[in-house]
Amino acid sequence: MDLRFTPEETAFRQEVRAFFRSEIPEEIRRKVSEGRSLAREDYVTSQRILNAKGWAVPHWPKEWGGQEWDPIRRYIFMEELMQAAVPLPLQFNCFMVGPVIAAFGNEAQKARFLPRIANLDDWWCQGFSEPGAGSDLASLKTRAVRDGDHYIVDGQKTWTTLGQYADWIFCLVRTDPTAKKQAGISFLLIDMKSPGISVRPIITIDGRHEVNEVFFDSVRVPAENLVGEENKGWDYAKFLLANERTGIARIGLTKERVARVKRLARETPAGAGTMWDDADFRARVATIEIELKALEITQMRVVAAQSRRDASKPDPASSILKIKGSELQQAATELLVELAGPLSLPAPVANDVDALGWEAFAAPTYLNTRKVSIYGGSNEIQRNVIAKAILGL
Amino acid sequence: MDFDLTDEQSLLKDSVTRWAASRYGSLEQVEAARRKPLGFDEGAWAQLAELGLLGLPFAEEDGGFGGGPVETLIAVEALGRHLAPEPYLASVVLGGGALRLAGSAAQREALIPGIAEGSHRLALAHGERQARYDRFDVATTARRDGGGWRLDGAKCVVLNADAAQTLVVSARTAGGRRDADGISLFLVPADAPGLTLKPYPTQDGGRAADLVLEGVALPADALLGEADAGLPVIERVLDEGIAALSAEAVGVMEALHALTVDYLKTRKQFGTAIGGFQALQHRAVDMFVALEQARSMALYATMMAGSADAAERGPAVSAAKVQVNRAARFVGQEAVQLHGGIGMTLEYLGAHLFRRLTTIEYLFGDTPHHLRRVSDAGGLLGAA
Repeated sequence: MDLRFTPEETAFRQEVRAFFRSEIPEEIRRKVSEGRSLAREDYVTSQRILNAKGWAVPHWPKEWGGQEWDPIRRYIFMEELMQAAVPLPLQFNCFMVGPVIAAFGNEAQKARFLPRIANLDDWWCQGFSEPGAGSDLASLKTRAVRDGDHYIVDGQKTWTTLGQYADWIFCLVRTDPTAKKQAGISFLLIDMKSPGISVRPIITIDGRHEVNEVFFDSVRVPAENLVGEENKGWDYAKFLLANERTGIARIGLTKERVARVKRLARETPAGAGTMWDDADFRARVATIEIELKALEITQMRVVAAQSRRDASKPDPASSILKIKGSELQQAATELLVELAGPLSLPAPVANDVDALGWEAFAAPTYLNTRKVSIYGGSNEIQRNVIAKAILGL
Repeated sequence: MDFDLTDEQSLLKDSVTRWAASRYGSLEQVEAARRKPLGFDEGAWAQLAELGLLGLPFAEEDGGFGGGPVETLIAVEALGRHLAPEPYLASVVLGGGALRLAGSAAQREALIPGIAEGSHRLALAHGERQARYDRFDVATTARRDGGGWRLDGAKCVVLNADAAQTLVVSARTAGGRRDADGISLFLVPADAPGLTLKPYPTQDGGRAADLVLEGVALPADALLGEADAGLPVIERVLDEGIAALSAEAVGVMEALHALTVDYLKTRKQFGTAIGGFQALQHRAVDMFVALEQARSMALYATMMAGSADAAERGPAVSAAKVQVNRAARFVGQEAVQLHGGIGMTLEYLGAHLFRRLTTIEYLFGDTPHHLRRVSDAGGLLGAA
């Protein structure tokens, strides 16, 4: 047993760290770090720099641009990426639809979509949730009816993150209304420019436009855009959600936030000194750091076990990472607001947004981060998973 | 990065787990051992010696088995899971740790073979009433007296002192009560004239004693390590003790959590097993999450405890103690609640596990104490 990284792993860490800090524009990283909104172009610029280096989709199969890194290198890569405040490669492209197409798509679909997904030539969004299908995702109602060599899609998706930028949407649709819940669902790729699609913005509690409703009104989708087999979509969705869960702890992101809190606390006046002189504040920071260290080791244990198990099946232990990782992300944003104090109160207004200091983005970040214990399988769903799969209850 | 045990470590784990499960497979067996005069079974101690556990952390050239922190973790986690009452922590980890780290060749040669074969036990007499958890706060004095030493003072809650043939006693040889420098360690025979023990049972069913030292005369070679420079040794021994205690806590929590989940599956109310209720399922899951987070920190403490660099080791070990303490309290309290009335009685194993967890929380520093240590060191992460 040795919890230290090998010299090779440490050298790898140095290499990726240096690359992120020298190649990804400072301006983009500053926006991420301070919780400012990113423009579509910021995501695209950052991901294309990564892709040119071969690092946008390192976890994909080698023939489609993967690096064949072991789980520890993948972990180090993501951790450094987040600590350098580099925008994550677009989740919907790189961690969701890409791996599904690579694993279950046909050769024509792989050739057509995967290179464009990796390079963010096509922006993808996720069409899973519906107004009536949240944690109980399999109760979704959006229908796809076969009509010759097309499907006709009718229904509504919601919580479609950054759908306003999207070129494509990957959807779970019901293709067999007579089958039991999970059995009649298919995985369909839909061009957002198709006639009959409309997008309505939803303004979230942070006051920003991040998510949308997407409506489908007799949308004609070529049957060749079906991934895998008809009515097998639930299997592909489970595969996708398992991918989502292992990366969801976002330890590097929380580390970056906590480290920033520690720096800013030394610059933030309070009483006769700074916030960092406040022993209670320091103790709250330390409490989060301790739990974060524990989670980091828990994550490494899950990662180490991953290299020895069937990667296509979700490890129920990854639910621990979701629960604790989301709680700590939230706790770190609470510290930020606390640190900003009364200066956290003014709401950013569009025309002076660049002139505002970090304090103005503390509250929106806090408010927005409430989502992390809800999405990706709510923390209550994760508890159900552990209760059933690990405790046998 | 590697979480695997070596073949030898796996064998050790198998043998100590098998032994503990058979020797202390039931609460009755634990209670029977606790009723012995010293609170444990001498026969069981001899078996631990035969298994090689008593010489585990000592160097092979000193008559030990050359084990490290991982071997200690394996041993104490398994012993903890079954509430084995033997003074392994007191004698091998704490007393033995001081001897291993500070002992001269002659002292190691004189004591370690006996410790390894089970005929000689140690205890660490360091804590004092006014010190609470401050490791540097030592009022007991040692004065040079002719060619030797003369000790005066009092020590409190010395774990398993009544089972020890030799006590490792800290005393001030220079400086004021709360000075870091000027503390020395001494090997004191349990039957030394002027040494009085007042032994008592502890909340967890174990044993400890308060000590009074009145003009205890010791020869020059009773000094363990360098004069006036005992604190770094004490710091390291207690940090190793926290690592071991963390591993033990993981064993205890694992047992208590398993007991609780089993109870949820079998206890029927309203015509159904209560484990079917989601409110209770989620509480059992939160216990599991706390246990796994504590396990991670026990591993971290184990990795860091061996470091001679106190600035690196101290905050890491304190962080582990904070996490383990919080988990111990949470898992213990939840287990009692989920059991309901039966969790409140000493007839039930779960209550004994909870009492041990509660004791662990207050050994070698409680949560606020260690949180302050982490915080005063500037935390675990650098500032960005």
